[in-house]
Amino acid sequence: MGKLYTKKQLAAPKMLPKKETISFLLNYSKALRMIKVGNMTFETIAN
Amino acid sequence: MAIVTTPDAILVKNYVSGDEASLSLLIERHQSKIYGFIYSKISDRDVSDDIFQDTFIKVIKTLKSNSYNEEGKFLPWVMRIAHNLVVDHYRRNKKMPMFRETEEFSIFSIMTDNSQTIENQLITEQVENDLKRLIEELPDDQKQVLVMRMYQDLSFKEIADLTGVSINTALGRMRYALMNLRKVIDKNNIILTN
Repeated sequence: MGKLYTKKQLAAPKMLPKKETISFLLNYSKALRMIKVGNMTFETIAN
Repeated sequence: MAIVTTPDAILVKNYVSGDEASLSLLIERHQSKIYGFIYSKISDRDVSDDIFQDTFIKVIKTLKSNSYNEEGKFLPWVMRIAHNLVVDHYRRNKKMPMFRETEEFSIFSIMTDNSQTIENQLITEQVENDLKRLIEELPDDQKQVLVMRMYQDLSFKEIADLTGVSINTALGRMRYALMNLRKVIDKNNIILTN
């Protein structure tokens, strides 16, 4: 088999958001309550 | 052992019913694609993180308020939100994608500054002053025509009227003025450049 002289393509490092961003989102989701009253929607964030 | 992955639609349904762990799974499953998409448009880690966060805040709010219509297209829906936020980001900043200065690419290679450098300004000033000094050496009648033509921008007709000579005489004086200037410049090896 012929030799390959080309450089091996390095796999691009996986682009991921910061861990803090993910953890913020999960905590935000846990804290958020959406309450619908008639046509209106209220957002409450529990601390 | 076969790995069974719960479809997005089921995870969304579970999340809407209150299962927070489903959101974690959804984010884990799609974070790379979504974040990669945002980063490809923004090229800035911090801003990409912000947009990724805003994207999921919208997702969470929509899901929690039961306004999401499940059509088995969770990822394209999230991508659309991310895309809109990227557009908003550029609209807000009113600028084109940012270019970072690297070794291969310098922003100054595509930007030009038409104003003169300080060095060139000094040279121009010097040349103008030298020329004025040379003009002072010309005979008065020639000097008068040349100054009126070049510095006061008068026509030869106007010069002829003002100096009380014919147009041909004015033209002749101008011609001699230029010839004399060239002669002096050549004789003294003066270089007038910029």
